[in-house]
Amino acid sequence: MEIFGIPIQAFMGQLLLGLVNGSFYAMLSLGLAVIFGLLGIVNFAHGALYMMGAYVAWLGAEYAGIGFWWSLLLAPLVVGALGVVIERTLLKHLYKIDPIYGLLLTFGLALIAEGLFREQFGVSGQQYEVPELLQGATNLGFMILPNYRGFVVFASLLVCLVTWYTIERTRLGSYLRAGTENPSLVQAFGVNVPMMVMLTYGAGAGLAALAGVLAAPIIQITPLMGSNLIIVVFAVVVIGGMGSILGSIVTGLALGLVEGLTKVFYPEASSIVVFVIMAIVLMIRPAGLFGKEK
Amino acid sequence: MSTSLADDKINRWSKITWGVGLALLVAAPFIGVYPIFMIKALCFAIFACAFNLLLGYTGLLSFGHAAYLGAAAYVTGWLVRSAGFSPELGILAGALSGTVLGAIVGFIAIRRQGIYFAMITLAMAQMIYFLWLQAPFTGGEDGLQGVPRGTLFGLIPLQNDLVMYFVVLAAFVLVFLAVIRIVHSPYGQVLKAIRENEPRAISLGYDVDKYKLLAFVLSTTLAGLAGALKTVALGFATLSDAHWSLSGEVVLMTLLGGMGTFAGPVVGAFTIIGLQNFLADRVGSWVTVIIGVIFVVCVVGFRRGFVGELLAWLKRRQFGKP
Amino acid sequence: MKLKKLTAACTLACAAMLGAVAPAQAQISGDTIKIGIITDMSGLYSDIDGQGGLEAIRMAVADMGGAINGKKIEVVYADHQNKADVAAAKAREWFDTQGVDMLIGGTNSGTALAMARVAAEKKKVFIAIGAATAALTNEQCNAYTVHWAYDTVALAKGTGNAVVKAGGKSWYFLTADYAFGAQLQNDTTNVVKAAGGTIVGSVKHPLSASDFSSFLLQAQSSKAQILGLANAGGDTINAIKAANEFGITKTMKLAGLLVFINDIHSLGLKTTQGLYLTDSWYWNRDAESRAWSRKFFEKMKRMPSSIQAGDYSATLNYLQAVKAIGTDDADKVLTKMKATKINDMFAKGGFIRGDGRMVHDMYLMQVKSPDKSTEPWDYYNVVQTFKGEEAWTTKAESKCALWK
Repeated sequence: MEIFGIPIQAFMGQLLLGLVNGSFYAMLSLGLAVIFGLLGIVNFAHGALYMMGAYVAWLGAEYAGIGFWWSLLLAPLVVGALGVVIERTLLKHLYKIDPIYGLLLTFGLALIAEGLFREQFGVSGQQYEVPELLQGATNLGFMILPNYRGFVVFASLLVCLVTWYTIERTRLGSYLRAGTENPSLVQAFGVNVPMMVMLTYGAGAGLAALAGVLAAPIIQITPLMGSNLIIVVFAVVVIGGMGSILGSIVTGLALGLVEGLTKVFYPEASSIVVFVIMAIVLMIRPAGLFGKEK
Repeated sequence: MSTSLADDKINRWSKITWGVGLALLVAAPFIGVYPIFMIKALCFAIFACAFNLLLGYTGLLSFGHAAYLGAAAYVTGWLVRSAGFSPELGILAGALSGTVLGAIVGFIAIRRQGIYFAMITLAMAQMIYFLWLQAPFTGGEDGLQGVPRGTLFGLIPLQNDLVMYFVVLAAFVLVFLAVIRIVHSPYGQVLKAIRENEPRAISLGYDVDKYKLLAFVLSTTLAGLAGALKTVALGFATLSDAHWSLSGEVVLMTLLGGMGTFAGPVVGAFTIIGLQNFLADRVGSWVTVIIGVIFVVCVVGFRRGFVGELLAWLKRRQFGKP
Repeated sequence: MKLKKLTAACTLACAAMLGAVAPAQAQISGDTIKIGIITDMSGLYSDIDGQGGLEAIRMAVADMGGAINGKKIEVVYADHQNKADVAAAKAREWFDTQGVDMLIGGTNSGTALAMARVAAEKKKVFIAIGAATAALTNEQCNAYTVHWAYDTVALAKGTGNAVVKAGGKSWYFLTADYAFGAQLQNDTTNVVKAAGGTIVGSVKHPLSASDFSSFLLQAQSSKAQILGLANAGGDTINAIKAANEFGITKTMKLAGLLVFINDIHSLGLKTTQGLYLTDSWYWNRDAESRAWSRKFFEKMKRMPSSIQAGDYSATLNYLQAVKAIGTDDADKVLTKMKATKINDMFAKGGFIRGDGRMVHDMYLMQVKSPDKSTEPWDYYNVVQTFKGEEAWTTKAESKCALWK
């Protein structure tokens, strides 16, 4: 059976791969949006945090026999704690000055992380086994679906929904959103804004690490896995606009799918299609698809 | 009164210092410094000066500036190697490719301000990087090799490393003076106004976007010049010339040396290139870590950079006197 | 007063700058024989050459006594990180300021081509060992380049022919997107077509790709019988792993066009049994190779690859030539090497011909099944030996200007 001259097996396969990529774009741009929303910092280190999450999972498995499921909990906690430390020692000096310094600082942090891990582990990458429960593939008739990849899509959607719900629908979330708008007023109401900010960066870091653990069985774990990804996520964020959480999720998933489709029909363009879309969106709607003009 | 007197003194002594610096640069190959290293450092000094024009004097952070150096490197490399261009025409074409690419990216990116501008320039640069990766003429991962040096203006053969060095040095001096000229011109004054208070500049009736775009294109042209010179002198153009890590390095060179000063980027470029050269064989991947640490330290506590701190210290000294 | 301080400060700063620059000073060493190796020390090719290659060179230097006629032998090394510009710049710097006499090219064909160019310009000996591209002795041949161990033509003639004869007529290539991959795909295509096979299609992947899934899906939808892997090292390992994960191996057979013993060791015999591969040397081939390999094993804790054996052999023969004529002048040494047969644990009756190609026997081997393997690293059966000139580019096919 064929769609547009491509066998349906290949078509659905690439779409699924695109959906998986899109899940990661969504999770990472979500974390970026949360951090930018509250701290005003564009966290270039987000890719490095994602990478560290994957390494924590791998190290846990190699040296302490910690399985995948525990790593899903452990890695975000470890990396989140690191995020809190970074915020308290370095980031808090930068809130009052030009936001480019935040970008440059996190850029430097990303380089440090990358260099350290490269020194320790080399560039060729480590392998991480798919957890036993999710091994194998299911024959859906029109395509063979590796079980783990299906799980990843499901898990990331869950994470995104929980995050969205927390921010948009709970009281904690409303403090967060208020804190972005007017920190001094919110502080006057008795809410500990600095603590909230610190925990927010930690939570953002944890989100990135969680994405890293989910990615570990699919791709090679290398020190460089975050840096190339983060630039695409920047483009996703520009396309979606930093305004809404839901916007980041939808844009991330949609762009993953577009990328997958491009691989089917015009594979050479797949690495640049996100950037091309970014350029087009900027010409038509500079604030982004879901963005609010400031 | 004490302000302008202090400024005058600093200006005069700046010029003397630059003279001393130039003398040292002229003498360098004769006192045993490897000319190829100096050529590389000078090309990156040009790149950093170009970048500083945008960041230090216009207040725009272009986070994907390597795209223009890389574009010029490939264009010049291909024209000189495969189309038989003479070096001066090849270099001119390279600089112009920086202009054209800068105009396209600038036009798209100008629509957004501040941090978004930086992110867009980075994303566009990454897209261009992938285009170079795919284009057959660039040689992809292998790079564009075997670019001959040729004969400059049909008169000066460039094969000799010393001759090549002085040609690059001359180009560097011209760029350095050009940046000074641009900054001190009426156009440069408007850029300064935009950097310090953009809404006020708009309310005064300036078409701010046009000014910013022009600054962007000037900067990318000079960055292209750096890339073109480097390719002719060193003989190859590779993906490293267009990679985002180079974009980050030029930011660091400018920041470390001193944003918004004339000599700052030069100091920064020599320091970083020297550091990389010295450390590369000895410490491997630690170079990346060290660069990252310098970034962090600069942003948190050394934002004015070497030359900036020096100038600030001097001004304080002048005010301090009764 | 304070302005004098300013001048002093600035002059100091300039001096400090030059101080940072000082390590780049020009030095010419005269009384040593310096051998340099530039290879991938930390990336996807670091196992098959890398640190082990450096060790092999050191073993050769030790076997020559560490010195020749009183001149000490020195070995320097650098990591090119699979970047051609890094390799070329380092080679140039070594020739200009460090007095390196002989350069050994490690893995990665792009870097080898770049270094060959620099060596030809500086008129110094360059022996390419780790890199595969046959272009080094064909379109891009020069008087100073010798290609020692293997090349893409030999790989194609060996594995390509064997697979087609075994029934694999329709091919789809998964190719590493740089000089090596393209050359290997090209050479194999010629062989397959000459043997009556067809090429259905191909897809290029970036060097050191992290995720092969989308490329493999494209391969699968082509419905070809054979998936030709025109890549090496870490890329081959990951492609084979991913092919198993996605069930590609159920509908297509894998043909690894460049596989080293380290890759088999990584993947295990269960996954790779029956795989055909062409190589220039096998540690378990005969008594001499076994003896040397056990010495290597003591130092590196793993068996040597053919590239590492090639590093040893090339260094040994170079030093023997230097000893025989008493000088390290590049032109004289090359003349001597091209006039001397190579008889060591790597090759018997080998010789360097006019285009720079070191001609010697190549071996078609097949990976053993787990039950047939008697000890760790005992992985291959030698199926066929290509004697002498059989495996290489012929004079009629060659475009080398030096060899007419």
